[in-house]
Amino acid sequence: MFRFIFRRLLETIPVLFVLATVTFFMLRLVPGGPFTAEKAVSKEIMRNLEAHYGLDKPLLNQFGAYLLDITPKRFAPWHLADGPDFDDNADFDLKASFGIDLGPSFKYPNRTVNEIIANKLPASLELGLLALSVALALGIPLGVIAAMKRNTGIDYSASSLAMVGICVPTFVMGPLFVLFFSLKLGWFSASGWYFASDRVLPAATLGLVYAAYIARLTRGGMLEVLNQDFIRTARAKGASETRIVLKHALRGGLLPVVTFLGPAIAGIISGSFVIETIFQIPGLGREFVTSAFNRDYTLVSGTVLLYAVLIIALNLLVDVVQVWLNPRLKFD
Amino acid sequence: MRLSALLFVLLAGLSHLGCSRSVSPNTTAAKILNFGNGTEPEELDPHIVTGVTENNIITSLFEGLVNYHPSGEGVSPGVAETWETSPDGLSWTFHLRTTARWSNGEPLTASDFLRSYQRILTPTMAAKYAGNLFHVFGAEDFNTGKITDFSATGFSAPDPHTLVMRLNHPVPYLLDLVKHYSWFPVHLPTIEKFGPNDRKGNTWTRPGNLVSNGPFQLQSWLPNQKITVTRSPTFWNASAVKLDGIAFYAIDSVDAEERMFRSGQLDVTSSIPTSKISEYQENSPSLIRIDPYYGTYFFRLNVTRPPLNDPRVRRALALAINRDGIINTILRAGQTPAYNLTPAYAGFAPATTLKTDVTEARRLLAEAGFPEGKGLRRLEVLYNTSEAHKQIAEAIQQMWRTNLGVDISLRNEEWKVYLDSQQNLNFDICRSAWIGDYPNPETFLDLLISGGGNNNTGYANPAYDRLLADALATSDPTVRATLHQQMENLIVRDVPVIPLYFYKRVFLISPRVKNWVPNILDNRAWQHIDLAPPSGELKGRD
Repeated sequence: MFRFIFRRLLETIPVLFVLATVTFFMLRLVPGGPFTAEKAVSKEIMRNLEAHYGLDKPLLNQFGAYLLDITPKRFAPWHLADGPDFDDNADFDLKASFGIDLGPSFKYPNRTVNEIIANKLPASLELGLLALSVALALGIPLGVIAAMKRNTGIDYSASSLAMVGICVPTFVMGPLFVLFFSLKLGWFSASGWYFASDRVLPAATLGLVYAAYIARLTRGGMLEVLNQDFIRTARAKGASETRIVLKHALRGGLLPVVTFLGPAIAGIISGSFVIETIFQIPGLGREFVTSAFNRDYTLVSGTVLLYAVLIIALNLLVDVVQVWLNPRLKFD
Repeated sequence: MRLSALLFVLLAGLSHLGCSRSVSPNTTAAKILNFGNGTEPEELDPHIVTGVTENNIITSLFEGLVNYHPSGEGVSPGVAETWETSPDGLSWTFHLRTTARWSNGEPLTASDFLRSYQRILTPTMAAKYAGNLFHVFGAEDFNTGKITDFSATGFSAPDPHTLVMRLNHPVPYLLDLVKHYSWFPVHLPTIEKFGPNDRKGNTWTRPGNLVSNGPFQLQSWLPNQKITVTRSPTFWNASAVKLDGIAFYAIDSVDAEERMFRSGQLDVTSSIPTSKISEYQENSPSLIRIDPYYGTYFFRLNVTRPPLNDPRVRRALALAINRDGIINTILRAGQTPAYNLTPAYAGFAPATTLKTDVTEARRLLAEAGFPEGKGLRRLEVLYNTSEAHKQIAEAIQQMWRTNLGVDISLRNEEWKVYLDSQQNLNFDICRSAWIGDYPNPETFLDLLISGGGNNNTGYANPAYDRLLADALATSDPTVRATLHQQMENLIVRDVPVIPLYFYKRVFLISPRVKNWVPNILDNRAWQHIDLAPPSGELKGRD
């Protein structure tokens, strides 16, 4: 298993290199740069601006310097939590822990990309984990119940509910929740990320979509497993229905869910632009999308690389968990 | 089993969350104004930023030589108590008050201003607004590196409380200029504590570091959430400051902002979704405000491309637009139709204007060799991706098609791509807008100067350039006004741009907010704003 993990980690190096290269050059090919503005500045000022950020050097030199900056130079994960940044909370210091310097932000002259990521990732992570909890807590039981009461009224209502969850987009669901729970009932703030209660509506909105997918996948997976011989054997031995479902069927029934969860978790914790905009959450998803509009080269590259690392890591985790859940699979 | 344990933990965590109740962020004991301030500020360094959201925060933290008048029009004394100008208008002397102090208690002197002007003009700062100071003798040469000795420029401080500026040409509206943050003083010793003073990337503007001289001081900065400022005890006029603090919320969604206003989280917003304007006007007229704003929405025409190189074609297009229709059906906030470029303000009124005259438009088009649009190639209208711009472009497309028989296609581009196309004249017709930087027609008329950085039409008229040069050289306001009118006459005659409407500032405001006076540039003197105690007014917002 360790050989497997080690090999997969080695494979990520060329992937990240290609990604960094493609992002770097694609950004520079797009029309308009970080200093393109409606009110033009003089040629001298533009030259000075470019000199300040090193954009006056040949592109290949810029690329070389960037690659050198983002290459990990030390391994001290225990320093990860002690970086100073905009707020005084402990956070995510890539420079002290791994020597990774993602560069200065072009849009925010007094912030570095390391700082922005450290500042914004926690909110996205928190929202993602809460939404994931909602998704699992609702989706799995709903799927299990639907599978057990197959083709009954309960199954149909659970499946329709899941269908609605998949079909109604978050940008409709979110404002509807705000309209009802905060403007009509006054239970929550309309937007913001200041109090514990501010987490409820965004987590519910984002979680419900994933809950719907999970419910459908769980139902499908469970149905397949419940028809298998070992379940019939368990029934014949007189095991209770609860025991059959929880002990025997769920483990196999969740396999499709686990496959789905890898990329889903990466997507969910790396931040959702739509949810973060509706609820004005200071997350990385919003930062990522606006950085592309701002042509904030370093911030775009930095977030792209971070997302890539997250997706690769989570896919690896999913592969490991799948082998653990399904003894018929082997590491190879 | 392990899995169900995990589920249990997750459920327990969730139910815990559901129990915690929200505390209203509206602290009513202290008078804190909650203001929806648009996007996240790039910085709070007056010498680096360029935007409106930054302006709002910086004017609460810093104060320039003069301040905004409580009435919204004109100036009132700021750091300078009095000032005078020489008879030829080329030299200005400001007498600074001895009670002006920084928020760290140090006195504010004329040398702080000198060092600040030197900083913004230093080439390595690459300050985008350095050009604002170019009226002063030698400022431009210093900024472009032609001279390196700052004492050779027109800025001087004969004594700690006197500041003198020698100008290149008379600037009758200099007081309106020095209200802008690019002229504000910064505390150099603080900046130097956190890095070199002439480069970007300095962290002196962060909470705890920032030293300022205005009515408020920086308390906290939560990026993409809010910036809070509190009353400064060292401000020379501290007793006149009415609010205890202001929370500037960074909100980049108009819809979210409106919901926050409705839920009582905000007292004033920056904008309102267009779709909600009539709803508020009908049901809660006391909550919506429509103020004049010094901006013009117009189409740029690429005069280097046939057939738009023919002024008759350009004029025909300009005459065949029903501006009132656009305002009443799309914009819906009673904007003023624009038949010339510069808004009528600051002593300016256009002598001639365009009009809506379809018959004349058809005649001009026929005269240019395109009767009823025949033989005219398809023209393309470029706009940056936005629902409002799209609707306006579609309406005009329809008007030109029915009125003139001209075939129009539409092209939308993402903001920076659009700017790139516009600056490289890669368009036929391009949606544009201009918001004045200072209350004087020159902020608009400067646009169409030959080869100007913001011209973007290819229009080059030596007569026009000469008129602007003449206006800049004279200190006589009546002569200036006449020259401005002549410049506008040229724009209306040659039509390098098609003016469409003059902007209005449309926003939501709680009746609790007092002294929020209209200002054509949407700037405020924050020390005059007040907040009445809360009443049952919140209920009215449903």
